[in-house]
Amino acid sequence: MNDTVALLQKFNAHPDSRCWYVAWNPKGTLLASCGGDRAIRIWGREGDSWECKTLLQDGHQRTVRKVAWSPCGNYLASASFDATTCIWKKKNDDFECLTVLEGHENEVKCVAWAPSGNLLATCSRDKSVWIWEVDEENENEYECVSVVNSHTQDVKHVVWHPTQELLASCSYDNNVCVYKEEDDDWECRATLEGHTSTVWGLTFDPSGQRLASCSDDCTVKIWKECQPEGGQEGTDVAWKCVCTLSGFHGRTVYDIAWCPLTGALATACGDDGVRVFKEDETADPDQPAFSLSAHVPKAHTQDVNCIAWHPKEAGLLVSCSDNGEIAVWNYQSGV
Amino acid sequence: SSLKQQNCERLQTAKDEDEDVADPIDDREIFDLIRSINDPEHPLSLEELNVVEQVRVRVDDQENTVGVEFTPTIPHCSMATLIGLSIKVKLLRSLPERFKIDVHITPGMHTSEDAVNKQLADKERVAAALENSQLLEVVNQCLISNARTS
Repeated sequence: MNDTVALLQKFNAHPDSRCWYVAWNPKGTLLASCGGDRAIRIWGREGDSWECKTLLQDGHQRTVRKVAWSPCGNYLASASFDATTCIWKKKNDDFECLTVLEGHENEVKCVAWAPSGNLLATCSRDKSVWIWEVDEENENEYECVSVVNSHTQDVKHVVWHPTQELLASCSYDNNVCVYKEEDDDWECRATLEGHTSTVWGLTFDPSGQRLASCSDDCTVKIWKECQPEGGQEGTDVAWKCVCTLSGFHGRTVYDIAWCPLTGALATACGDDGVRVFKEDETADPDQPAFSLSAHVPKAHTQDVNCIAWHPKEAGLLVSCSDNGEIAVWNYQSGV
Repeated sequence: SSLKQQNCERLQTAKDEDEDVADPIDDREIFDLIRSINDPEHPLSLEELNVVEQVRVRVDDQENTVGVEFTPTIPHCSMATLIGLSIKVKLLRSLPERFKIDVHITPGMHTSEDAVNKQLADKERVAAALENSQLLEVVNQCLISNARTS
């Protein structure tokens, strides 16, 4: 391993509680974090350090599990154990709660904006994935257009394809599901089996041709869309597992992020470590191979819950932990 | 079920008396934390019911891991998840943050062993469960320490 991950900053983001998730805004000027203290914090860079610009304390009655910025950067969505999803509008340094999306029966585990900005997906312990449409005329209006029940257990995460209107979800049932819209209704078009325990995270590669998943089984799997047997038009899409990274992670892998700029793959692990994998150049596209490029064994003093690449600055990485901390890293590839 | 006899006395060693040496956490210390947890249904402790035993506690202080196997009183015990949760919460509240805590059913001792173990291992589910005030109250009742010796 010639490559390095250097710590740039580390700071306590959620006092006496877990920091569950952290997300860069599309411009990369702000970080939103959320945690077990039921709060959302927005952080802005001040020279070499990060300052808390906004504290959103009263949006949720329970843990805030994930936050997601809209593609335009003007809105923030937050998913909570209180079974609601809040939509916030940015007004300078402040955020106003525009609307609260209700409907899930219990904890909302994830919220994600489609790249078009018109659609939102949420998922829950109630086993369902909901797709919401934003009203173009009225920014307060969100309409649920589909409820899909393809998983048999809690749905942990949802992620949109970078360019197509395609959604993927992963679950406590050990599977990944891929969804497409058919006649104004969203349906599961493929179920990706292979992990032997809960799948916690998902990320598409920059082109959207491949999907990476991470699991409680301590592995990462790379999936690629392939032609279904028979090759007929209109049949379900098929995804195959083309690579499994095992033996690298000591405990549950909670999150995974594919860098849109460099193609590097970063993971957040329950063994307190942050790892970066690089794809081997020479491999067959249908049989990719990845090597461990850099590893920080004690990135935090407790589980790492989330990892995210900066959208503009290659190599800049952020992680957060059960100990309430956020850490900003610089990954440099020697080659 | 019969009451357990008091475990053998700990031998006092020279190392125990040396305040400057940080004592590694050992199996006995973990057991002491969980032995008096109350069973949710019966006026007896988990030790008295043989649900927890010191031999089923594994600590690795260097690796920062704690593993506890617990044996439900009957294979269909509906309280198994709650008991496991009480053990987990007690250890989470008592141990230094560096420890990774695994609580699972003694292999072969419950009909829904895998399902219960999976729930206990899922920290997101555990966190959400503990935000349910009713469930939290039940767990706290199990963790109330009694004055009586056992």
